[in-house]
Amino acid sequence: MRVSVLLFPGSNCDRDAIHAFEAVLGAEVNGIWHKETDLKNPDLVFIPGGFSFGDYLRSGAIARFSPIMEQVQAYVARGGYVMGVCNGFQILCEMQLLPGALLTNKPIKFLCQDVFVRVEPNQSPMLQKLTPGQVLRIPIAHGMGQYFADEATLDRLEGEGQVLMRYCSAEGSLDEASNPNGSLRSIAGICNADGRVFGMMPHPERHVEAELGSEDGLILLDSVLGILDRVN
Amino acid sequence: MQEPVVDLALALDHGLTESEFETACSILGRTPSFTELGIFSAMWSEHCSYKSSKVHLRLFPTTGEQVLIGPGENAGAVDIGNNLAAIFKMESHNHPSFIEPYQGAATGVGGILRDVFTMGARPIANLDSLRFGTADTEHMKYLIRRVTRGIGDYGNCMGVPTVGGEVFFDSAYQGNILVNAMTVGLAPRDKIFLGEASGPGNAIMYVGSKTGRDGIHGATMASEEFSEESAEKRPTVQVGDPFTEKLLLEALMELFQGDAIIGIQDMGAAGLTSSSFEMAGRAGSGVDLDLSKVPMRETHMTAYEIMLSESQERMLLVCKPERVQEIADVFEKWDLSASVIGKVTETGRVRIWGPDGQLAADMPVDPLAAKAPVYDRPRAEPPYFKTLKAADLSAYSDLDAEGVGHAMHTLLAAPNIASKHWFYEQYDTTVQTNTLQGPGKAEAALVRIKGTNSAIAVTSDCNPRFVYLDPREGGKHTIAEAARNIACTGAKPLAITDCLNYGSPENPHVMWQFRESIEGMCEACTALNTPVVSGNVSFYNDTNGKPVFPTPSVGMVGLLADRTRYATNMFSEPGLAVYLVGVTREELGGSEYLSRLHGKTEGKIPTVSLEHERNLIEFLQKAISQGVVLHARDCSLGGLAIALAKSCFAEDPVGLTVDLNENVSIAAQLFAESAGRVVVALRKEDAAELTAHVQTFGLTAQAIGMTGGSNLTLKIKGQTLFDQPVAQLKTVWRDALAHLLELE
Repeated sequence: MRVSVLLFPGSNCDRDAIHAFEAVLGAEVNGIWHKETDLKNPDLVFIPGGFSFGDYLRSGAIARFSPIMEQVQAYVARGGYVMGVCNGFQILCEMQLLPGALLTNKPIKFLCQDVFVRVEPNQSPMLQKLTPGQVLRIPIAHGMGQYFADEATLDRLEGEGQVLMRYCSAEGSLDEASNPNGSLRSIAGICNADGRVFGMMPHPERHVEAELGSEDGLILLDSVLGILDRVN
Repeated sequence: MQEPVVDLALALDHGLTESEFETACSILGRTPSFTELGIFSAMWSEHCSYKSSKVHLRLFPTTGEQVLIGPGENAGAVDIGNNLAAIFKMESHNHPSFIEPYQGAATGVGGILRDVFTMGARPIANLDSLRFGTADTEHMKYLIRRVTRGIGDYGNCMGVPTVGGEVFFDSAYQGNILVNAMTVGLAPRDKIFLGEASGPGNAIMYVGSKTGRDGIHGATMASEEFSEESAEKRPTVQVGDPFTEKLLLEALMELFQGDAIIGIQDMGAAGLTSSSFEMAGRAGSGVDLDLSKVPMRETHMTAYEIMLSESQERMLLVCKPERVQEIADVFEKWDLSASVIGKVTETGRVRIWGPDGQLAADMPVDPLAAKAPVYDRPRAEPPYFKTLKAADLSAYSDLDAEGVGHAMHTLLAAPNIASKHWFYEQYDTTVQTNTLQGPGKAEAALVRIKGTNSAIAVTSDCNPRFVYLDPREGGKHTIAEAARNIACTGAKPLAITDCLNYGSPENPHVMWQFRESIEGMCEACTALNTPVVSGNVSFYNDTNGKPVFPTPSVGMVGLLADRTRYATNMFSEPGLAVYLVGVTREELGGSEYLSRLHGKTEGKIPTVSLEHERNLIEFLQKAISQGVVLHARDCSLGGLAIALAKSCFAEDPVGLTVDLNENVSIAAQLFAESAGRVVVALRKEDAAELTAHVQTFGLTAQAIGMTGGSNLTLKIKGQTLFDQPVAQLKTVWRDALAHLLELE
């Protein structure tokens, strides 16, 4: 299993992702600098969190012009798997590989805390090892995570099973108090039409080891990679 | 443009005294040029020269087998095993933060990060020690919000977790807030880089952001008192660019892998001036600089302005001329420009050619340091000291059940005690995936070291009210509390960095506080074997002649050799036996209780027994590493009752019933802040083992209660004085600050 982690100037969760995929999940990982043009034949392209290009224009707005992104577009067109977390999710939206946008959090400030997300009924091949209704505890750390799309898009996403996860309470119920950034319809993660491009705001790579408080992120990343099955 | 004529009047304008100006002239053998005057003014400012503090700082113990690098470099370093060094320092950014809170705080974080990664260490943790006035004015709330945002925006973008810190509110800081930032980094112990310009003929490269006019005379500003005109000094506050600093960090991390860099120095206070003099000074060499090569973002800057600019995110590095290209290539990859702006010489002088090609400064390095002014300024015990110490507190010591209930609620909602989640949730606390225990979860933050079995523990502490009421004893408290907090996780305290925030050194009462508190700290550092490895002094924290509380913020680093065993500070389950280790005395002086309930900052503060503290620290390490003690919490602000209440506030709150029977008043029993006390919780079956450890270390411990139920029940000698649902108390504690800061 080969994962290519994209590296932009300002990425800051790249090393965490590499640690999770390599040291914890045992994948072969290549860090790919944004000026490169070879994705190195991955099974998954992972776009990590951070502040690519400082987020100075708009989160993720500049990264989409990097040379490697043409390769990512082509890779997606060939049916490749791409996962973006936090700034990676913002970049995927800016590239229009995913619909909608991520706006400034409803309480206008950066928020870092553990949240709960509920897996929604979906067809994405990336979450098939998770059960709809399953609640995962995963940290968020972002200032711009409020998911926004027009009503028609939201209806379509829901209708097509493209909403992969929503912010929820520990018990899995949806309410305002459990929606940390004011995302429309509590959306925390979505996929594209064929379920192969997946973006989410919470950071599963931060919860892959029991000593850091939860292994729920490992469950999720394992579903994306399907690695542990092969090992066992 | 015609440069001003340098004379005594201009020197006085630059903050030099008449005798300092005379010394400057005698060092050069002539009147300084305008640029040279600027350099003298910056180098001999209080901020850069430590002229009023030097004679006192020499008292600090700075050595120990754990110390790899002590004070004098960009940051200090301690050995943490596995061939690794923890490199750390705390620094103040008080004046800029009061004038422009967002940029002031942000660049404070940026500056301390650079101090650490300059040495080859990747920053792994940030902490912030903040002091604000009471948050009852819109202006103070604005300062609090903007400082917090500034810290968050910088550290978050850098991808360095903010894992701890402290926030203290008191009207003593109404006109002068304190913003102290600390960074801990990790480097191979045999690959630490120093700020030396060695090897004549070697190239001096400038890397990072371009130079502008921002921050000119920042160091001089930080060496003056605040007055009504301070707001006009906004242009002397620097502007931060964390993205550029992140690039600088990654480019340097790449370069540090190899051996191209010989020496490297951050351009912090007094920018190019102090970095060039310090690098030459450490190596005993000289430096020639050609300012026409300095990358600029403004036009027509003079030599004077370039030398004194405090533009952020810039560094000087020294390499062999044949390695310049290789270094430039790495910076190019990271979209940063690097230019050769000079060379190392053996002249022992710093020579500067201005953008116009003229020699703008030619100054000897060593005499500038050796003949730098050093003042042993007059000290006098302030009249308040004896008066406040003698205050009779007996009127405050009696409490009935109603009084206890009122006090509990008031204290849990007191800004100094209430949950600080409003602050730390705006900081990324978990990036880098090493945060075992972040803010509020243990008495010190625990950060694991990947690839080893260990973790470091890190905390920042200071109770400035204690230091104000009794600087010497308060100084001891500061160190003892930090060490106790480290030990409450099970880690071994290693060393400290100190950030000494005081009023004007020209005020003899302030100098007395300074000296007394340092002597107290020295005594404690020696007794607890926690030497000082780095630090910073911030004087002139006064507004219109009124100094802030003397505030020696201390950052301490400890080592947890086996991170599978450590203690958190909240009860995890019912049925745990709860003990108080240490003794509560009739010591209400200087307590949060007195301040909050009675509006008094007075009384004799609790006495610190350093021998007891040492035993307590060793006991905690032993009992925690053996798995006997599961939870440990230091009794500090709010005393035992607040320590017990906060221990109940886990994510799933756990109730507690205790019965206290010390022979002291009810108020003291519950709210005195006697030193050397820790609440510990353990499984009932481990009680005998706990007692054995307690005896081994010559301590006393009392079984005071048991966790369980949903209420916090406090009894004294069998009589119930307080009995309320923990969930309700937790809400009071959790929401108080957010309400105060978010609502108008």
